[in-house]
Amino acid sequence: MYDAPHTERDVDQQDIKISARKVQVYYGTTHAIKDVDCDIEDKTVTAFIGPSGCGKSTFLRCLNRMNDTIDVCRVEGDISIDGEDIYDKRVDPVQLRAKVGMVFQKPNPFPKSIYDNIAYGPRIHGLAKSKADLDEIVEKSLRRGAIWDEVKDRLDAPGTGLSGGQQQRLCIARAIATEPEVLLMDEPCSALDPIATSQVEELIDELRQDYSVVIVTHSMQQAARVSQKTAFFHLGNLVEFGDTGKIFTNPVDSRTESYITGRIG
Amino acid sequence: MPVIWLIVIVLALAAAGFILGRTRAMQSAGGDSRHLHSLPTYYGSNVALKAVVPAMLLMVVWLVAQPFYVNGVVSGMIPDSAIADGSSRGLVLAEVRRAADGLDNAVAQGAISEEFARNARADFTDVTTRLKEAGQIVTTQITQPVLRAAQEYRVINATGNMIMSGVVILVALLGVFWGLRETNKDFRARNVVEKSVMALLIAAASIAVLTTVGIVLSLIFNTIEFFRLYPASEFFGSLTWAPSFGGGSELGVLPLLWGTFYISLVALIVAVPIGLFAAVYLSEYASKPVRSFAKPMLEVLAGIPTIVYGLFALLTIGPMLLSVFGPDGTGWMGGQRAVITAGLAMGIMLIPFVSSLSDDIINAVPQAMRDGSYGLGATKSETIKQVILPAALPGIVGAVLLATSRAIGETMIVVLGAGAAARLSLNPFEAMTTVTAKIVSQLTGDSDFASPEALVAFALGMTLFIMTLGLNVFALYIVRKYREQYD
Ligand SMILES: Nc1ncnc2c1ncn2[C@@H]1O[C@H](COP(=O)(O)OP(=O)(O)OP(=O)(O)O)[C@@H](O)[C@H]1O
Ligand SMILES: [Mg+2]
Repeated sequence: MYDAPHTERDVDQQDIKISARKVQVYYGTTHAIKDVDCDIEDKTVTAFIGPSGCGKSTFLRCLNRMNDTIDVCRVEGDISIDGEDIYDKRVDPVQLRAKVGMVFQKPNPFPKSIYDNIAYGPRIHGLAKSKADLDEIVEKSLRRGAIWDEVKDRLDAPGTGLSGGQQQRLCIARAIATEPEVLLMDEPCSALDPIATSQVEELIDELRQDYSVVIVTHSMQQAARVSQKTAFFHLGNLVEFGDTGKIFTNPVDSRTESYITGRIG
Repeated sequence: MPVIWLIVIVLALAAAGFILGRTRAMQSAGGDSRHLHSLPTYYGSNVALKAVVPAMLLMVVWLVAQPFYVNGVVSGMIPDSAIADGSSRGLVLAEVRRAADGLDNAVAQGAISEEFARNARADFTDVTTRLKEAGQIVTTQITQPVLRAAQEYRVINATGNMIMSGVVILVALLGVFWGLRETNKDFRARNVVEKSVMALLIAAASIAVLTTVGIVLSLIFNTIEFFRLYPASEFFGSLTWAPSFGGGSELGVLPLLWGTFYISLVALIVAVPIGLFAAVYLSEYASKPVRSFAKPMLEVLAGIPTIVYGLFALLTIGPMLLSVFGPDGTGWMGGQRAVITAGLAMGIMLIPFVSSLSDDIINAVPQAMRDGSYGLGATKSETIKQVILPAALPGIVGAVLLATSRAIGETMIVVLGAGAAARLSLNPFEAMTTVTAKIVSQLTGDSDFASPEALVAFALGMTLFIMTLGLNVFALYIVRKYREQYD
């Protein structure tokens, strides 16, 4: 299904940040993720592509244990970050999520001010020593989220009062304010205009210097533009995983080819 | 003819009209319902409605108007000399009605003949004893003027009822006729029925609204009457509540308002934290089985009648508090009836109120909000404290305000738990009383509705009404504001 020698070669280039083995996810009796093996590298952007309902979000949510909050959801298999099994009993999912940040498919700002939305994470984790420190974190995060210019005059206005695209960038800024090591982004640009999209893509490229980024996207062009690795999911299976260039120019599996050329979707 | 029979006849006419209307419509379409403007049942319903609605309206109006007319006529028959000292025309008229009912019932039982009921004279035969023998309740000796009036009363009523039956049936028949005349295949029966349904719904809604208006108006008129007899400045300014039916009462509302406020405050201090924490536990921490068991259990509390809470206050909370704070304990509490007794019982009563409203509100906070917080590495309690409760706060405030207005309106618990003494005091171990409890005590027993001591109840009711209305409006405003938040 997915050819192992391929990844072996990549290991030489980059450290493996997240490694998933034989992951199964069930929602009650629905088998949403089937036997997925996947290695996500450090300082790399990995794109998840695939038709709607194939399990991209589900798999993404396994990586920071967000699936714990869904009662009917059951995860099997091994997922480790930096060699540490994240589903181990001793691991605190709260600590894990501070390390593995997430931007959700739908923007979900808190009903607080824009400032407090960004300051939420740093405050909880004690990242700022002083008010000035916090101000600086907020400004830096908003700038990196490509939304500073639009909100700098109304930091006290509620975050829920922004437009959908602005809310999404606010959520991105909120996620990077906690300085995560891995950033999971579930269709971060689906509500953004082309300018904001390219700003977010620049941000992703910049984040790659220090972090590992996983992005779910429905845009082939975006996957090709920002990612170095691409994983193609279909009906809960990881069909193909490899260098982005190779997936888009010379896919091994016929399903991958059909999808990227627009024949299944 | 008894009214019930009249109704049955009108309904039977309507049913016949329904069938006739349907048949006629089908005939006019040549037996093919596709040529009709509306479904055949609509034609039937149209006829039935025309039979029932005007007839029934007429009957209701007649039934309301007839007693006024009869009273007027009969009242004219009673000379001023027949009204004893200390009595009034109204009382004599009531006696007339009783006598007439007595005659009716006695005739129905066969104890006296119709002939006798019609023509008997109180100065020749002892009508009173004969009625009493027939098991009828007539209080005093029936005098000749009263008997004459009662006999006239019966006659007018009987003829009135007969005419009414005739007219109502006639109207129903005309209605059927009208409906049938309209019926042909192009008549828009469906639209007419649709409009009638709407009219019916409007009527129901206006009855509800008009009742509210009526309640408010009766309060207002009696309150104005009260303020005519008793100065408003004293009512709102005086610090004593000392009604005495002999006159010279002091009717200051402040001690009662203070009691209401104090007891409600104790109740809220008990109910708000417990209810809120219970709601947070149930909606955020409890597992499914615990929740499905605990939530109904808590809501059972809400179904207990308040008198039972009153008994609980009197029999359990009071003695328990007394054993700790009473003369044998710290000595702060004189008797078991006290602000704190009633406040605790009322607090327990309000817990399910606060908790189930807050639980709904907390559950209405979108899961995405929680996900956002967990996704940033927040713990459960951080998420609740910093995201969920602030988001739900306006709704929770609304719930608390609604609970407050229930506390203010509560009566039974106060009567049984807090005592009857109107007092301005800060000591929660003392007996106090509330506006509601005093309304009850001012109106129980034989009260003369013209005295300020009785009328004050309406002024108190009005005060209470305005207070709770204000709170409810404020609560609704806040709850509504909160609803818009996630859109
Ligand atoms: N909370 C849930 N409860 C039950 N089933 C779920 C739940 N969430 C997802 N699923 C199911 O799991 C499967 C994968 O869903 P997932 O959200 O991962 O798809 P996706 O690839 O992200 O799709 P999209 O591109 O539309 O976002 C779907 O069949 C979906 O019905
Ligand atoms: Mg998805």
